[in-house]
Amino acid sequence: MGKMTMVEAINMAHAWEMAQDPSVIVLGEDVGTNGGVFRATAGLQQRFGKQRVQDTPLAEGLIAGAAIGMAAGGLKPVAEIQFMGFIYPALDQIASHMARLRNRTRGRLTCPLVLRMPHGGGIHAPEHHSESLEALLCHHPGLRVVCPSSPARAYGLLLAAIRDPDPVIFLEPVRLYRHARQDVEDDGRALPIGHCITLRPGTDLTIVTWGALTVDCLKAAEQMSPEGVSCEVIDVSTLAPIDFDTILDSVVRTGRLLIVHEAVRTAGLGAEIAAVVAEEALYDLEAPIRRVTGYDTIMPLYRLEHDFIPGVARILDGIRATLSV
Amino acid sequence: MRSGTVVAGFEITYRGCLASDGTLCGPLPAFTDDTELLRQLYRAMVRARVFDTKAVNLQRTGKLGTYPSCLGHEATHVGVGSAMRAEDVLFTVYREIGTKFWRGVDMLDVLLYWGGDERGTNYRRTPQDFPFCVPIASQMPQAAGAALAIQIRGEPRCVLVFIGDGGTSQGACYEALNLAGVKQLPLVCVIVNNRWAISVPVSAQTAAQTLAQKAIAAGIPACQVDGNDVLIVRETVAQALERARGGGGPTVIEALTYRLSDHTTSDDATRYRAANEVEAAQRIEPLARTRRFLESRGLWNEQAEAELRRECGEAVDAAVKQYLATPKQSTDSMFDFLYAQLPPALRGQREDARRYSALKT
Repeated sequence: MGKMTMVEAINMAHAWEMAQDPSVIVLGEDVGTNGGVFRATAGLQQRFGKQRVQDTPLAEGLIAGAAIGMAAGGLKPVAEIQFMGFIYPALDQIASHMARLRNRTRGRLTCPLVLRMPHGGGIHAPEHHSESLEALLCHHPGLRVVCPSSPARAYGLLLAAIRDPDPVIFLEPVRLYRHARQDVEDDGRALPIGHCITLRPGTDLTIVTWGALTVDCLKAAEQMSPEGVSCEVIDVSTLAPIDFDTILDSVVRTGRLLIVHEAVRTAGLGAEIAAVVAEEALYDLEAPIRRVTGYDTIMPLYRLEHDFIPGVARILDGIRATLSV
Repeated sequence: MRSGTVVAGFEITYRGCLASDGTLCGPLPAFTDDTELLRQLYRAMVRARVFDTKAVNLQRTGKLGTYPSCLGHEATHVGVGSAMRAEDVLFTVYREIGTKFWRGVDMLDVLLYWGGDERGTNYRRTPQDFPFCVPIASQMPQAAGAALAIQIRGEPRCVLVFIGDGGTSQGACYEALNLAGVKQLPLVCVIVNNRWAISVPVSAQTAAQTLAQKAIAAGIPACQVDGNDVLIVRETVAQALERARGGGGPTVIEALTYRLSDHTTSDDATRYRAANEVEAAQRIEPLARTRRFLESRGLWNEQAEAELRRECGEAVDAAVKQYLATPKQSTDSMFDFLYAQLPPALRGQREDARRYSALKT
């Protein structure tokens, strides 16, 4: 056990599973000698060799496609896309093949692989390095999309992702990579995929969020506490397929729902969550569902990035607006 | 270095052995001593054509969905199939039934797939082979990945991947060949140059003299073969596979053939290409020359031909009968192969599909 950052926990999960399972292969741009631009794969090539940690040419579609071929060929590839803003060339492979291979071969060929990538903004990165594009991926049945919110959860969920029999897109919130240190036990224990995680119990309002904004939502919930407002904070954690049961159970108890995400609002995942709650629990609601999200704009260059990303002030306003009805 | 020094150069060699009239235009490969194998190659080509003709007719009479004919490609497809070992991994586009049949895929499977039933991708005899690939060139990175897996596991196997002339314009083609070159993967890529990507001729696809030379930039050896000559296709692919199996790295082979059919049954090629071009291509098609070659060696005659045609007709009819009698899958099948286990959130939708489907019948 040791205090570590999320990126160190991600590295540790790789190392654990590579030591346990010789079929786990890491691939991507700069993952080998360089150990990844965020250091997520640091030291793995030195420890496990060049066969098991493969630097690839610079081509995201190739990385995703090669991972499919490797997975169907009996390996467990853990591939890194350097930034989520570069996912577009890989979407053909993800949507046309990765998500569909099991289904189109009636289970004969499968894709047990992990495609990891940084998610979101907030670290003063250049253009195209700060995108939150989870909705693009959640729209494809056959994929699991996972987004951890702490070092320990990143460790446990990445292990689960590697062990999953289906393709898992693993979104790593860049803002949390080195945000805080936490005790993480290197015990090889996976956390379950497919479940929301209730980070803070509450009775007056349900806040549903994921990724880096869990931190801001917890802060906002804390700040509402002296006013006698009890907020429940749910980390969706697995963005596809979503565990709606946990969200609905909470909303039925609190009667109020605030959805907070960094991605642009239109056709974002928050819209789907709002729609399901409206379909299943409208009469349990005491106030309209509200969303606090990124604006429907291009992710700005970094001087304005914190004006784009919802912060505690906007979340507090969202909470108050929901409670005012 | 002196300015003006030539720092790189390349040559692409053309290979052929069986001329369009069935005479020899190059040295006979050693495998041709096996006369039974020669007959098998011809039988497989005829079988593919008889099936193909029937499949087009089924589509025309509303019994099959859109279907891409393989008319004219039989020598390339069968030559490749016969050069592979059972344990190799095959990635095709969507036309290569001659290769699939050689590897033991049933006619029924091909009919089911083009008849709208995913069970047609369940290749029992070569379960490592990938299904037809519709998004152009997207099979290439996967094939490179499969070859990388073989290399990592140290297996004496190879990957064979087909791509069309149009597919060579896609980035995925270069990306995969580039990886194959860098990692010296056990990968053989056969570019089937049938001259037409739907309505776009090769001259509008690339300014390169050959498609084979696209391998040069990836550092991969390449050659061009007469794709209507089953002997040279088999020989060239077998040599490339053998080299790859021994750790010698990838090869690209451009097979020159001609799409004698429409692109698919939804296409009308008379809108964009001249009848005289197709007629000229008919004169160099692969089956007639193979038959003439066999006859010239006393390995084939009218009676053998009649018997083969009858056998193929019967096999196709039996497959069609089975296909038409196959009931459609349950709606559960839409859900049951999405994940190893159905996510709870989808159970309700599966129930809905069941209920509405029961109402309809």
